[in-house]
Amino acid sequence: MPVNKKIRELQEKREKILLGGGEQAIEKQKAMGKRTARERIMALLDKDSFMEYDMFVEHDARDFDMDKKSLPSDGVIIGSGTIYGAPVAIFAQDFTVAGGSLGLMHSRKIAKIMDHALKMRIPLIGINDSGGARIQEGVNSLAGYGEIFFRNTISSGVIPQISVILGPCAGGAVYSPALMDFVFVVDNISKMFITGPEVIKTVLGEEISMEELGGARVHSEVTGNAHFFALSEDECFEQIKRLITFIPWNNSKKAKAFEPGEPEISFDPEKIVPDDPTLPYDVKDVIRSIVDKSDFFEIMELYAKNIVIGFGRMGGRTTGFVANQPLEMAGVLDVDSSDKAARFIRYCDAFNIPIVTLVDLPGYLPGVDQEHAGVIRHGAKVLYAYSEATVPKLTVILRKAYGGGYIAMSSRHLRADFVFAWPTAEIAVMGPEGAANIIFRKEIMSSDDPDGMRKQKVEEYKAKFANPYVAAAKGYVDAVIEPRETRRFLLHAIEVSEHKEVPMPEKKHGLPPF
Amino acid sequence: MKVFENLGTLNINSILYKTRLSHKFINRKPYKKADERIILSFIPGTVLDIMVSEGQKVKSGDDLMILDAMKMQNKLKSTVDGTIGKIFVSRGNKVSKGTKLIGMK
Repeated sequence: MPVNKKIRELQEKREKILLGGGEQAIEKQKAMGKRTARERIMALLDKDSFMEYDMFVEHDARDFDMDKKSLPSDGVIIGSGTIYGAPVAIFAQDFTVAGGSLGLMHSRKIAKIMDHALKMRIPLIGINDSGGARIQEGVNSLAGYGEIFFRNTISSGVIPQISVILGPCAGGAVYSPALMDFVFVVDNISKMFITGPEVIKTVLGEEISMEELGGARVHSEVTGNAHFFALSEDECFEQIKRLITFIPWNNSKKAKAFEPGEPEISFDPEKIVPDDPTLPYDVKDVIRSIVDKSDFFEIMELYAKNIVIGFGRMGGRTTGFVANQPLEMAGVLDVDSSDKAARFIRYCDAFNIPIVTLVDLPGYLPGVDQEHAGVIRHGAKVLYAYSEATVPKLTVILRKAYGGGYIAMSSRHLRADFVFAWPTAEIAVMGPEGAANIIFRKEIMSSDDPDGMRKQKVEEYKAKFANPYVAAAKGYVDAVIEPRETRRFLLHAIEVSEHKEVPMPEKKHGLPPF
Repeated sequence: MKVFENLGTLNINSILYKTRLSHKFINRKPYKKADERIILSFIPGTVLDIMVSEGQKVKSGDDLMILDAMKMQNKLKSTVDGTIGKIFVSRGNKVSKGTKLIGMK
């Protein structure tokens, strides 16, 4: 056969495969407001950067008439490309081919691109759109999931792993995203659950829609499984691209440096925080008053809003921010916010991203539900994550820092490298009211005017302890600074800690309380 | 300074904070001590069999009912000595979690 004929043959084969599950299935996909797998990859990656592998892979299942069925690319597209010039490995399940179901060869393709990503030390992006295990392939399909979960775990903390849920992701399949670093969901398109509404109805008699059970909103607001919520696939892809600009290719690198820029002058830290520690403000405005160009990229915006996490840049370098949010639940630490913060702190530590912690919290949320939900072990995650982190840790105490909350929020005692406090800081074992009630119980009880005496004693306690100077006198705070000096001090601290090195005792791994 | 809407009050260690309250916090269930004399279904399922009748005396450890759930026949036993007061369900009933099954006297 002449060469050009062979090339023509290749082209014809490709064209057929590129149609995936065929025109009808593609139409159905579009009717659901979804792109096809290859379209998604093209929309996400730099133009013409995608190279596809394993296009000709076919399943070899024989049972249940599977030998008569041809599934193009076995329902998953894999390859590599670039995002803003940075290389990424990617897979996208093709729902138009057998509902994107996962069989042996399908899973081998995913495993191949995962191995590739780990070997090349580049980020992995997985787009999930699958009905689940390919039942006809039996235990081979389960084996496939297991191989993927194993690789997710081994790659964890070495390369960034980004999961994008653009369709159903049900049963065992959900555990691959759950093991990855960041999960992206899209309203009305993403559906994640272990058991679907039908099973729940038959077995348990509970009626619930797919959207209410495991839709994008639920995972963004209630379960905390998702990190980024978007209203459309386009918005979702923009979020992924933006995230890629903030993170390094792997754990031996730093994120790409950008041109530094001053924050917008409209964010004046001196005017954001009220002096009265019981009044709210939006801590994101404080972050915007500190970071380059006031550009803050929030993560898990809708979940456990009492703590804010996300990326910004300081002097062009990616910096992770963890901040109590007095506007939501007074900024308390509780089960959900502890979990949210701890995972992010560990992410920053794994990928060489300095952490800035902004402190303003009344302590832990009291309540039977919190105690019974395990606030002790969840709260401990924050202590563990901060203590274990060896990246530069910079802390700014904006206002109140009471009790255990003070210790947990990257205090000097957990080896923060720099601790700064604003003059409005109140670092104390507990809030003045509670403390005065205990310390001056006798005086208050025996007074003719207990309420008046209590007020007097609270004021006395406030004057003496509700300030940053007691802690500064012990060196727990390195400097008491004006709010407007915050950025300057942090930039300096980041520069000083550029080559930070801390020896850690040798161990196989620690035992964080999870 | 910015003005914020939808603020509530949260009491942490005798200090009242002006802040937004989460749905989870607002909808939290107040704690109630479990009453051993009211037997609730611990899992959603189907009542397969009832081994006692109203007015019958039972001892702690006696079988009361079989609740079929998650492909298992779960035997419910009394945790107290007493008399069966009221049986709220009958054979074949599907019950959700926390449904009142039997009241003891």
